[in-house]
Parts: sequence; structure tokens; C-alpha cells
Amino acid sequence: MHIRHILAALRHHRIAALLITLEIAFSCAVICNALFVISTRLERMHRPTGADETHLVEVRVGHVARRSAEATLAQTHTDLAALRRISGVSHVTLVNQTLFGSSISFSSVSLSSDSNAPSTAVTQYMADVNLIDTLGLKVVAGRGFRPDDQVTDASLNDKNPPQMPVIISQALAKHLFPGQSAVGKTLYAFGPNRIVGVVKRLVQPRDFGAPGEYEYAMVFPVDTPYPQGTYLLRVRDPAQRQQVIKQALSVLKKDGPLRLVSPKYARTTEAARAKYYSADRAMAWLLAGVCVLLLGVTALGIVGLTSFWVTQRRHQIGIRRAIGATRRDILTYFQTENFLIASAGIVLGMALAYGINLLLMQRYELPRLPFYYFPVGALVLWVLGQLSVLGAALRATHVPPVVATRAA
Amino acid sequence: MFAYYLDLAMRSLRRHKILTGLMVLAIALGIGASMTTLTVMHVLSGDPLPGKSATLYYPQLDPRDSQDVRPGQEPPAQVSWMDGMNLLKAGRADRQALMTGGAVPIQPPDASIDPFFEDARFTTREFFAMFHVPFLYGHAWSREDDSNDARLVVLSRRINDKLFGGADSTGKMLRTGGKEFRIVGVIDDWRPTPHFYDLMTGGYADSEGVYLPLLTATDLKFPTNGSRDCWGNGANIDAKTALCTWLQFWVELDTPAKAAAYKQFLLNYSRHQKSLGVYQREPNVRLRNVMQWLDHNHVVPSDVHLQFWLAMGFLVVCLVNTVGLMLAKFLRRAGELGVRRALGASRRSLFAQLLVEAGAVGLVGGLGGLLLSLLGLWVVRMQPSDYAALAHLDLSMLLATFALAIGATMVAGLLPAWRACLVPPALQLKSQ
Repeated sequence: MHIRHILAALRHHRIAALLITLEIAFSCAVICNALFVISTRLERMHRPTGADETHLVEVRVGHVARRSAEATLAQTHTDLAALRRISGVSHVTLVNQTLFGSSISFSSVSLSSDSNAPSTAVTQYMADVNLIDTLGLKVVAGRGFRPDDQVTDASLNDKNPPQMPVIISQALAKHLFPGQSAVGKTLYAFGPNRIVGVVKRLVQPRDFGAPGEYEYAMVFPVDTPYPQGTYLLRVRDPAQRQQVIKQALSVLKKDGPLRLVSPKYARTTEAARAKYYSADRAMAWLLAGVCVLLLGVTALGIVGLTSFWVTQRRHQIGIRRAIGATRRDILTYFQTENFLIASAGIVLGMALAYGINLLLMQRYELPRLPFYYFPVGALVLWVLGQLSVLGAALRATHVPPVVATRAA
Repeated sequence: MFAYYLDLAMRSLRRHKILTGLMVLAIALGIGASMTTLTVMHVLSGDPLPGKSATLYYPQLDPRDSQDVRPGQEPPAQVSWMDGMNLLKAGRADRQALMTGGAVPIQPPDASIDPFFEDARFTTREFFAMFHVPFLYGHAWSREDDSNDARLVVLSRRINDKLFGGADSTGKMLRTGGKEFRIVGVIDDWRPTPHFYDLMTGGYADSEGVYLPLLTATDLKFPTNGSRDCWGNGANIDAKTALCTWLQFWVELDTPAKAAAYKQFLLNYSRHQKSLGVYQREPNVRLRNVMQWLDHNHVVPSDVHLQFWLAMGFLVVCLVNTVGLMLAKFLRRAGELGVRRALGASRRSLFAQLLVEAGAVGLVGGLGGLLLSLLGLWVVRMQPSDYAALAHLDLSMLLATFALAIGATMVAGLLPAWRACLVPPALQLKSQ
């Protein structure tokens, strides 16, 4: 009854009604997709690395002039011992690549020595045997490294390089040996490498290759000279991280003037994570900002048009009031009208949102929009419509019945 | 007539301040958002060397082993030392340069400045002439210096300012990597955008601070930056003999005929290498010029595209909103328009009058949009990405802002103006 009258009245305002419908549809479509992109970015930013990031700091040291390999390695051992003596530091290691760092190294891994066997590119962490404990990785099968597992970086270049054991991430273990235990098996990366342990989670320093391969990683026990790596320190108390960085820099500066030791090359792993994901964070904020603006603009549009309608219909409202309609009836009228328009916009918007998502899936490799975004988007726009119509509708309820007796 | 319409428009806009304000705000927001993202796109997809880039080509060869061959496969994005040297020595192009990114430790002559690492380019000499690198002092090293391990260096203006206070430093010595290098030249500010000659070190990276002869730097085993793609087994320790691609090779070919001939040369070279047993694959070469190479690598980040489309969607919503508000505004003035019609104004002149009014809203909205896009670009420059510093509005984008604002508002005004012109004069006069 009511609805039929409203629809009949709307027929006289086809263009305006259509415009609001379109505006709501576009907003709905953009907001659904923007919220979805925000959620994928947030999810990405909170991916765990498997390491206990809050307890880690890293310090990179460069060399100004080359020295002999032996001297450099000896200096590295001196550094490690000195860093270990800093109070509040529980573990220290030197690793070839750090989480969220700029360098990343890969080897192709296969299950046979045949060079034509299918292979996967897997990132390799090369560090002394303390890496697993320093990062706080959980060994879920097999064992961690023992001191006698370690080989020197220089020996890898020998004609007959030593055979080193390897520890791999669980995701890689599942990929290489589905349904079996990986411990004790052999993979081929630096010659044959026997898998001695599996850690629950370890990821690439930065995204590289297919998304699933982010969780493939392996660790080799290699005694690396300092110019090829970064000192990684595990602190007992996260509050002491800045203090430890300061001490580490002063400790390292003591040895030799021909080294590059600078606060520029030292940071917490937490800071490294924040920097690595800064573009995602900026994008999420930008999208959130656009959503708010879109809702604002849409609301303004609805406010503008409904207040125009109320002015235009003053006379009709007066007549309705004169023949017995209550204020509540008038209010309900405008709210129902908005609800109908918003619903039409939302239905159209859903279809549009789906279409935009298909496009984004094709061009930007975004996943499919989950179903629950649709009702959420609908609810947001319904509420928005009701709120923006309220002011004008309340003004309409104050039109006195006596208006009906005056000439239009 | 136009002046009269403008006067009418101003009166009308002033009469309905709130409605006008809402329209201007909507236009300003839409224009601000779309111009911010459009400017970023414009800057990022520009030509790094206008007028020159069409003659610069990037040859690609396929020296990989026969493992994992797929038809139509793209050759590696860089060249190996052996291929790079062979092509360089063949000298078949008008100019050519072999290069890689690197990092060198610099010990400033002034002891009060701490030693620091600086991004470097290890290259052969024609890099400077080929890419139109402007010299502030001195010149590039000579052809002989490319092959005799010369300890020479060219500095950027930024590094020269930092180390020598901007004075002419040519002839002075610079200690880097524990060795003495003689400064032969200082280049002026130069930042091709994108960083086309080496996308591996960042598509929008700043240009390097120091330039060293390639052979000198590799013989001293200075560490390189960028990516190294290796195949086959065995320890790939010596970069010069390793089965790895890690260098960029650029050639200048002044005419399309020369480019075609060079491509044929690359094919012949690949065939020859295969007959020698060095290559295992069939000849697989590419020869793209700068813009084709940038296109192929999708150098504009996909987030920038996404932001652009988002802003366009936002602009559409703002315009639909403006259409609605303008409709309300024009129809509210049906009485006034009826009077004008009754006094003899044609529909056409009413239409023109209303469009002028729409254009005026667009102009003011465009001004607001300009301020918002300046704000937006300032926010973009605060971002940590390496292209952030490039986000500036140029004159063409400034004009585009106003063209877009006024054009879009006039289009938005078409429908409401047409509707308002249909007002029957008699009815309006009667009901007043």
C-alpha cells in the first residue's frame, strides 16, 4: 500500500531517483572492493616469518679495504664473541640475508643429482650454527645444527666441497616429500645435502616468485665472513633493543678503523618489517580514506536531493497532514522511499562490485571477493541512506497541515 | 551575452550557498583525487630520455642450458660477461656500453666525514655519451682506459658536493675500496625516470653517485648490486666465467635499418655460439628500445594503476552527485527560468546560461581540486617509495586539471540544463 504510493510518486522524479541509485551503486561497488583490498593488505602485513621478531636486532658492517679471507674470518669470530658479551644479548649469529632485507639469494633445489630433474628455486640462509636459536625457530622434526656441522664459506669453492647438512621449512618439506617425513632424506642444492631438521616456519627475506613459495626456505651451517652478511642479535628483553644496538656499534667500532660501522646500517627486525610493508600500509590508509570520502560524498548527494524534494513537496505533505497523516507517517514515508532507492542501488552495486572484482582478479591477481563483503557493503549503505535522509525527513514532519489551504 | 550569463550564474550561485558549496566540494574532491593519481601515473610512465630513447636498444640473448626449455620463452633479462664482452668488442652499433650496478665504500679525503657506502655504476665509457649524461667538470674516461684497468672515477654532483664542497675536483684522488682513484669528471644533476638502464636495482632508483670503468671494478672484485641469474651446476664463483647473466648491455642504433641489421647480427652471433657448442638452445634474441623495454617490464607499479582506477571511480561518484545537485538547483529555479522564457529568451539561450553556470562551478571546483591535488602529491612525496620524490605537478597536468574539472562539470550539467529548459513558461507564471 504504502510502497505502491511511494513508487508512484517516484515516477515523477525518475531522473533524480535514478541518479541517487547510480551514486549508491558506484559507492557500493567501490567500497566493497576497496575494503577487500584493505583486508588482503592487512593480512599480508601480518604474515608471520616464523622468527621471534620482537627480540631481534641486526647490525651490518662493511669493509673499506679488502683483507685476506683468513683475517676477515678471524675478525668475524672476534666480533661474534664481543657481541655475545654484551649484557642482555642471549644469542648472536652472522647471516647472509636478513628478514625484510634487500638481498636475497636462491638455489635451485631438486631431488636428484641429474641436472635435468625438476627443480624449485628456494632461498638459502647461510649462517653459523646459532641461527636457529637466534631467530627462535621451532624445530618440529629432527634436530638443530651441531657445532661439527659447520663448514667455512671458503671451502664451498673447493674442487670437492664438503657435504653440509640442511634444515628446511615445513612448507618446503611438505612440497618436496608430501606425506612423508623429510628428516634423513637428501636434497640437491650444493651437491647432496642431507636434511637433518625441519623448522615449523621460515620464509623468504622478501616476496619473490609464486605466492606459495614465500614459505620455502632452507638453512645451511656456513661460517661466513662479516662483509658478506649481517650480525643478528637476540636480546632477552625487547625494551633493551635500542640499548643493545648502541653497545653493538661501539663494540664493533673498536676493531679497526677501516670498517664501516654506522647507526644507518643497524635496526630492529620490527623496524625492518614496518619498512618492508610501508607501501602496503600506505595503500590501506589511502583506500580507507577514499572509502570515507566516498561515503561522505554519497551522503551529501542524498541530503541535497531529499531536501530539494521536501521543499518541492511541501504542499503535498500539508495535504497529507490535513487529511489525517501523523508526523510519524511522513517520516516513515521519506525513510521508506530512501530505503527503496538504496536497495535498488545496492542490488546494482553488487553486480558492479562483482564485475570490478573480476577485472581486478584478471589484471592485478587479486583473489575472488568473499561472499560476506556483499551484506556488509549493503548494510553500510542502508544505514548511510537512512542517516542522510533523516534531517530532511524530520523537516518534512514539521510542515503544518495549514499549508494545504494555501495556494501552491 | 557570455558576461551576462556569467553575472546571472554568480548571482544564482551566491543565492544557494550551501548547495553551491556541496557541488564545488564534490567536484574538488573528485578532481583532487583523480589528478593526484593521474600525475603520479604521468610521471612514472614518462620517457626517461625524450628524443633519444627511440634509438637506444637493449639486446637480449639466450645462453642458458637446455634444461626447462619452453617455446616462446623470454631470454634472460641481462647478459653474461662473455656475451657482453663479445658484443662490446664486435662494436656493431653506433655506440654501446656494458654495465652493472655496484656499491663501493668511499673514504672521504676530509677525515671529519665518516666512510660511507655509495651506489656505483661499473660501466664502459660510452654510457655517458649514449645516455646524454651532462658533465659539470671534466669528461668521461678514454677508450683505452676501458681495457687497461685504469683507476679512474666519475662523480655525481651530489657526491662532489659532499666530498669537495662543489669545487672542480677533477685531477684529485679519491680513496675507494682501499685504492686510489683519479677523478676525471663530475656529472651534473641527472636522473632519468624510470631508471631504465638497470631496472634490477629499482625501477625508479636515483642515479648512481660514482661511475667506475667496468673492468677496473670487476678486477678489484667490488661487490655488484642487482640480480644474478645462474644455471647449470658447479660453483659459480668467478663472475666472468660463471654461467650467469648479471650485466646490462645497451646499444645506440640511429636508424630502423641499423636496428634490423643489429637484430640479424644477434641471430648470427647466437647461431655461431651454438655451432661452437657454447649455446645449447636455438637462437632466441630480443631487441627492444627503451619504451618497449619499460612496457615489457610493467615498470609502473600495479598499486599505482589500482589507485588511478580507484580515483576514477571516485570521480564518477562525485560527478553523479553533482548531476543530482545541479538538477535540484536548476529545477528549483523553474520560476525564474519561466519568466525569462516568457520574456522571449529561447530554450537555446537558457541552456547556454545554465551551462555557463555549470562551468563556473567547475572552475571553482577545479581550483579546489588543484589545491587538493597539491596536498595529495605532498602526501605521496611523504611516502617511502623510491618514486615518491618525483610526484610533482607540471604545467601540462595543471592545465589538464582545469580542463578536466570544467569539462566534467559541463557534461554533468547537460542533463539538468536540458531538463530545466523544458519548463513550460505559462505554467510557471501561473503558479507564482
